[in-house]
Amino acid sequence: MSARKTERLLNLVICLLATRRYLTAGQIRDAVPGYPPDGPGGNDTAFRRMFERDKEELRELGIPLETGSHSVWDDEVGYRIARRHYALPEITLAPDEAAALGLAARLWQSAGLAHAASGALLKLRAAGIDTGGELGAGLEPRVEAAEPAFPALFEAVRSRRPVEFDYRRSGVGAAARRRVEPWGVVSWRGRWYAVGRDRDRQAARVFRLSRVVGPVRPAGPAGSVEVPAGVDLRAAVAAYDDVPAGRLAVLRVRAGAAAELRRGAVAERAGAGWDELTVAFAEPERLADRVVGFGADVVVVDPPDARAAALSRLRAVAAEPSPA
Amino acid sequence: MSGATDRLPRLLALVPYLLAHPGARLADVAAMFEVTERQLRSDLDLLWVCGLPGHGPGDLIDVELTEGTVTLSNADAIARPLRLSSDEALALVVALRTLADVPGLSERDALDRALVKIETAVGDAAGAADRIAVAVEPEAEVLAVARAAAAGRRRLHLQYYVPGRDETTERDVDPMRLLLVDGRWYLEGWCRSAEAVRLFRLDRVVGLSVLDLPAELPPQAQPRDVDSGLFQPSDTDEVVTLELEPAAAWVADYYPADSVEELPEDRLLVRLRTPDTRWLRRLALRLGGSGRVVAPAELAAAVRADAAAALAAYGEPRPG
Repeated sequence: MSARKTERLLNLVICLLATRRYLTAGQIRDAVPGYPPDGPGGNDTAFRRMFERDKEELRELGIPLETGSHSVWDDEVGYRIARRHYALPEITLAPDEAAALGLAARLWQSAGLAHAASGALLKLRAAGIDTGGELGAGLEPRVEAAEPAFPALFEAVRSRRPVEFDYRRSGVGAAARRRVEPWGVVSWRGRWYAVGRDRDRQAARVFRLSRVVGPVRPAGPAGSVEVPAGVDLRAAVAAYDDVPAGRLAVLRVRAGAAAELRRGAVAERAGAGWDELTVAFAEPERLADRVVGFGADVVVVDPPDARAAALSRLRAVAAEPSPA
Repeated sequence: MSGATDRLPRLLALVPYLLAHPGARLADVAAMFEVTERQLRSDLDLLWVCGLPGHGPGDLIDVELTEGTVTLSNADAIARPLRLSSDEALALVVALRTLADVPGLSERDALDRALVKIETAVGDAAGAADRIAVAVEPEAEVLAVARAAAAGRRRLHLQYYVPGRDETTERDVDPMRLLLVDGRWYLEGWCRSAEAVRLFRLDRVVGLSVLDLPAELPPQAQPRDVDSGLFQPSDTDEVVTLELEPAAAWVADYYPADSVEELPEDRLLVRLRTPDTRWLRRLALRLGGSGRVVAPAELAAAVRADAAAALAAYGEPRPG
């Protein structure tokens, strides 16, 4: 934005805040420097175009531009900004509360949210709130949102707008088009997920943002997504991430090894050189994910399908040809 | 906040701030608004020619610059800052809620009170805050102890589980700070056994106690710059190449890779660097043939030997 344009917009804001009456475009053109002059030789089209863009920019900044007219006799639309809608309400914060805001605003690392948070801090500081207190010393909280699909899905959630995007179910392979009414976005174990209603499957679904391929496009008007009352977004993502473990397996674990497995074990029986562990699991392959990495330190004893899953992985690795 | 499009919002915040702080030092104001003093002066030049319609001498904003200080007057129309936009309100409210939900944070009370006040002030603007959630791992106990040790500059004794080696290690650590990165807590500190700055994931801390010893941070104990990622590969790291079948493609997504190359039939060639390859041997076993070490050859051989040893533990004959 050029300095001239900033100057014109600032004068426009001051002018519309200072007036109680609605000002017509013509009155604004006379009152605010920087617009092409009225009168003979004046370029009306250029003025209209400029004024439209200016109004749009003010609205994008969140400046509440009101339109109306003074009387039923007056049919030309006018503009003003009501101070009570423009101004940040009075906020009185104790020093530790102000510092808490400063700490919270540091949370976001992704460009969009970080920018919004620092914009908010700027306004609060302008209102006399000192957010630079000592609170949160030695604490560095940060949340990243590096997924390319994040800004568009965040915006869709904010404005309750249906979207469509291409999605890969398992990270690779062909992507399929999904049409989704997003209910929310959740950061879970360092990844962002969207929860919503899949229009084609007519059911709630969880989508991992890193598996969205290409752009996220609007697929309906803003405000048209109905979020079911009482939906628990975190629980939906947690359920997607963790299959409930309903079966038990018996493992032989070398003494001193696999502390990670021992921590989650249902039962542990010490033996000579080897201990016996009972752990809960959902599916044989999921159990193999957890135990095969321990190599010769953990043996799946029972049930047979879990033992077979672990064995087949080890056989596959042992049988690999040496790289040339 | 230095881009040209940020200038109008800055000016609309600068005016109320200066009206409330007559005689403010330019250097302080520039620091507060995160701009250079030169940019601030240019902002003041612009304000000075703005004002009420008519734009006569009595209509314009008055800017008085003396000896490095600034006093502003005659700007009643924009004497209050602009209300928060819905993006700004959301960013603050969701961040406050996220932190206020963390068990074991001593700031919880202040965060809660600030949250109530901000929610009241922004009203509907943060309406979508219920639809955005950041899950943080609860580590209340360890977090509170480590935090207190860092604040009181005490040495900590850690029992720390290293999954890559399947070992619980014992070490003394002089705490520096606590990091919350992507929902997980880490203690950053000077590890006295490694004589280096180390990050410890709190969910892998098996035990910790505060020692009756002061922390002694040497000058080289500098907090790492986590902006470029938590784990920064070093030049002394070993370069490992993995080939992944589609079933193991998650590996490329999960671990920080130097490069990922697409091969025919949806296979991936992933190159990554690591100071310790033991975790990769475990990973390669787990992948069970859906991913394999291509290079270095010694590592690939070690993985095959691990698998053969495991098969022997199962009572299987060694593959021919």
